[in-house]
Amino acid sequence: MLRDITLGQYYPTDSHVHEMDPRTKLFGTLIYIIALFLFNNVLGWLVVTGFLILAIHTCKVPLSYMVKGLKAIVMLLLIAAAFNLFLTSGTPIFTIGPLSISDVGLRNAGLMTIRMIYLIVGTSIMTLTTTPNQLTDGLERSLHFLNRVHIPVHEIAMMMSIALRFIPILIEETDKIMKAQMARGADFESGGIIKRAKAMVPLLVPLFVSAFRRANDLALAMEARCYHGGEGRTKMKPLQYHGVDRVGYLVIFIFLVLVIASRIVYPMLMGLIGV
Amino acid sequence: MSFIEAKQLVREFFRRDEEGNIEGVQVALDHVDLNVEQGQFISILGHNGSGKSTLAKHINALLSASEGTLYVDGKDTADPMNQLAIRQSAGMVFQNPDNQIIASVVEEDVGFGPENIGVPSDEIWQRVEYALKSVGMWKYRTHSPNKLSGGQKQRVAIAGVMAMEPKCIILDEPTAMLDPNGRKEVIRVAHELNEKKGVTIILITHYMEEVVGSDRVFVMDHGKVVLSGTPREVFSQVDVLQKYRLAVPQATKLAWELQQAGLAIPSGILDREELLEALKACR
Repeated sequence: MLRDITLGQYYPTDSHVHEMDPRTKLFGTLIYIIALFLFNNVLGWLVVTGFLILAIHTCKVPLSYMVKGLKAIVMLLLIAAAFNLFLTSGTPIFTIGPLSISDVGLRNAGLMTIRMIYLIVGTSIMTLTTTPNQLTDGLERSLHFLNRVHIPVHEIAMMMSIALRFIPILIEETDKIMKAQMARGADFESGGIIKRAKAMVPLLVPLFVSAFRRANDLALAMEARCYHGGEGRTKMKPLQYHGVDRVGYLVIFIFLVLVIASRIVYPMLMGLIGV
Repeated sequence: MSFIEAKQLVREFFRRDEEGNIEGVQVALDHVDLNVEQGQFISILGHNGSGKSTLAKHINALLSASEGTLYVDGKDTADPMNQLAIRQSAGMVFQNPDNQIIASVVEEDVGFGPENIGVPSDEIWQRVEYALKSVGMWKYRTHSPNKLSGGQKQRVAIAGVMAMEPKCIILDEPTAMLDPNGRKEVIRVAHELNEKKGVTIILITHYMEEVVGSDRVFVMDHGKVVLSGTPREVFSQVDVLQKYRLAVPQATKLAWELQQAGLAIPSGILDREELLEALKACR
């Protein structure tokens, strides 16, 4: 049952987005998130939607994979939308009993829902097209400047990639311990929340002990293979920008300019037609 | 000078109480002398707690001695400046295959060592190819280590050491967690590397079957080297080996028992074929 958990939901295919350098994708995602909160009118919405469709189309990942992520936040979306809808003050346009829906509320709820959905779908494109290792490599290189303020970027990235490597091993181990405890009469499935939480103790203690032992072994093995931090280290697969990245950056830049332009142009257009 | 030269090596572990006062001393290595020549296949046998793993960690400069000297490839292991060079020329493979693989793709794990010592990218690729081919794991290069069998994982770990172009590989009970098939696989690869690439192998184990093909065998007990010689010399002293709680291979044991019973069988029978030959000669 624990084997169903997948982390780092990479979808391998051959597309231009897959070929891109992780740094390009990270930067693109950052700009996309900023743009989501920048746009505030129909024109901006069209630009963002256009960019999203372009990204979905070029990455060749089936849309269902991206929509899957939405399931987890449906409840959150509904609650947030309801709060925005009913509790925003403004001119009421619709009233059911004590609840009234205002024009501002309707607008806010709509905008927020669109933003959340676009956020999930858009960022999932990045995780679907980038392997966890590429992602940590990309983060390490992009955040390299933080070294100047004594943040150990290489070490953090190394920890992340080791954590990713050990997730399946520890999950398997959890499964094994669980079965061993169940064979001795432990009950993980009945009772209320408190009883279940208490039942986890005999699972967590051995798991932690073994995780520490593994960490110790791994540290020794790394040292035996001359690991001594990020200094003087070379990369087997160094990150390199290619032609596709240049195009990527160009598209991202044009996209940002268009979103900002939409904020300026829209009121002018509205003024022209006299609204 | 020999490739590995240990003189009167002593290592003590202190047990401390909560205030940090020394409660007791455990001598893990007790005046060990050891000489290993370049290109040899050496086995170190010993029961649990005999100090054989501690010795291995000294050769890789993971631990430093309390007394005595240890030179690896002409470099003193006590000098911290030599550490990286020693670890590069004497690589180490550990017991648990899962806990020594760092990356989530086989080829990246093999590249980890060369990355650490600052080898340029294109040369890393050449080394990874060479290392994976020499242990026969080249076709698994893009696999996840989690999908491999124990023997395969251990071969990847050996490749990870090979990629650093070591003169010597120390295998610290590499087969302890493997099934019989995986065990054979790993021992075969170790012999291949020794014969074809001229790598010095130091195999630490408590399975006596695995030491049969080696050039020299050292038996350790309570931190001391108590017996050394060729496998035949060592295997002919069955009574001594049993005293050190080592399980003598069946064929050797049977030959010895028959010899004790008065049959004219030579000492130091190593495997079943030899025993058969000896029995045929008896008739």
